[in-house]
Amino acid sequence: MTVHVPPIPRTPAARLRWALTDGWTLTRRALTHWARRPAQVVVGLLFPVMTVLMFRYLFGGQMRVPGGGGYAEFLLPGMYAMTMAFGLETTFAAVSGDAAKGVTDRFRSLPMTSSAVVTGRAVADLLNSALALALMVACGLAVGWRWHDGAGRALLAVGLLLLLRFALLWAGIYLGLVAGSPELLAAVQILVWPVGFLSNVFAAPSTMPGWLGAIAEWNPLSATVSAARELFGNPGWGGGSWAARHSLLLAVLWPMLITFVFLPLSVRRFRRLSR
Amino acid sequence: MTTTDLAVAAEGLRKRYGDTAALDGLDLAVPAGTVRGLLGPNGAGKTTTVRILATLLRPDEGHATVAGFDVLDRPGEVRPRIGLLGQRTAVDEILSGRQNLELFGRLHHLGARAARARATELLDRFGLGDTGGKPVGRYSGGMRRRLDLAAALILAPAVLFLDEPTTGLDPRARLEMWDAVRALAREGTTVLLTTHYLDEADHLADTISVVDHGRVVAEGTPDELKSRTGDDRIDVVVRDPATLPAAAELLARVSGTTAHVDPDLRRAGAPVRDRATALTGIVQALADAGIDAEDIALRRPTLDEVFLHLTGHRAGEPNRNGQEVPA
Repeated sequence: MTVHVPPIPRTPAARLRWALTDGWTLTRRALTHWARRPAQVVVGLLFPVMTVLMFRYLFGGQMRVPGGGGYAEFLLPGMYAMTMAFGLETTFAAVSGDAAKGVTDRFRSLPMTSSAVVTGRAVADLLNSALALALMVACGLAVGWRWHDGAGRALLAVGLLLLLRFALLWAGIYLGLVAGSPELLAAVQILVWPVGFLSNVFAAPSTMPGWLGAIAEWNPLSATVSAARELFGNPGWGGGSWAARHSLLLAVLWPMLITFVFLPLSVRRFRRLSR
Repeated sequence: MTTTDLAVAAEGLRKRYGDTAALDGLDLAVPAGTVRGLLGPNGAGKTTTVRILATLLRPDEGHATVAGFDVLDRPGEVRPRIGLLGQRTAVDEILSGRQNLELFGRLHHLGARAARARATELLDRFGLGDTGGKPVGRYSGGMRRRLDLAAALILAPAVLFLDEPTTGLDPRARLEMWDAVRALAREGTTVLLTTHYLDEADHLADTISVVDHGRVVAEGTPDELKSRTGDDRIDVVVRDPATLPAAAELLARVSGTTAHVDPDLRRAGAPVRDRATALTGIVQALADAGIDAEDIALRRPTLDEVFLHLTGHRAGEPNRNGQEVPA
């Protein structure tokens, strides 16, 4: 057995090439997982679709949309954002699963760029969420949702939704590294679900008890939802609070803030694995 | 011996977790091309040592070189030269065996074609060639561990770390793993193996470092360690359990020490100095007393007894409080 040992990169350019190659190798690993478990992917995608159908047709008839218009018009931007928020669970499960099985440690003992463990996961999960969002949009179009203010503004809304997913990616990676075992997935779900519902996705914050309504208005998810409704030209709750009036700004600031907090925390946590 | 002949050289490794010292000044020197067993109870510091040497963990104090490179200053040079088999089987359970090895090949920067060729080579070597596209999650424990070992050998590393390689395996899978390790040793791979199975260290290791409380308390070949305990032992197994106390008493008189009694096995044992005299003595004494012995055996001490002798507790016990040592 003679194996040619590839030389270690010495220049910054060569190191960057390694980092990109390794990140892409690990992204491909995640993509291969989908290919090998299509049923799981389909089930994962069907869940939000089912939720849309349920709310649209079971509850939709009874819902009064502010300013008139169809319930689908109102519902879908919220469902898009919820889908992005639930992506946190996917990231958490993958990161904590690798840590628990010792796969992360094996990666760390290899002659590869260690940051690729994180970047590979980030790219794979963003692709996953982009696909999920595309499917949700198709589903939305099928149940009567439309965008009204042009493709440019609609794409901007999609960009904001993915920005939220990008930010939550780092929260998922951080929590996954801290937990170190997927057993805490239920705990993360318990964390994500109230955040999802304690928002303006289904009900107007103004109808909630005062303090609860304030939390719902300032929820990062609500900012993205309001901004998406505005950009798609869909009806929203309106509301006169500062948060409601500046949803576009908040839909950019919140994800940035989350990223600024959790990205360095994730990097630090990853480095601390060697403590 | 110069440091260039050493595949692993560690000096004064210390690592604390809160109030506990996982490593308390551990020294280790493993000559290239040999198999070293790190033997010790759970919590002795074996895994911490391996993790430091495999560049996964930074020690608080001390330094170490592996394959000629400092693990702290040059981890990038160490990594292509080592293979690590962790305590847990660290392969991707959704991917097939081949996909796993190709993935790890790519992460070793082998390039697509070389990674494929190497995967084929390793799958054949470990008898995994015909498992097809089956996901590793459906492999048996033994197959999974063999794949795990194959993944550690992508670049044919000079130094291989095996952290409890056979824990949880059935006896057959365990023997297969032993064969694989022996074959690698024959090819010149330096192996550092942790275990709390004494027979594993006995079978595989050229030399054993006994680790306890974060430091090496004894070192030598299995035979040297056994002779360090000194005396051989006589074991008497009686046919009638009721005669065991009497047999033990006779054994104690003949050996001049206290006999260790194991009622479950109907066995009494004691260390002896003068082997032949003691053996004839106990045979005669048992016959005079009319005790029917099923078996009378003179034997070398086991590594288990060596361990007890050196550390004051059995290898399986993680206890830090000094266990009572039977005479």
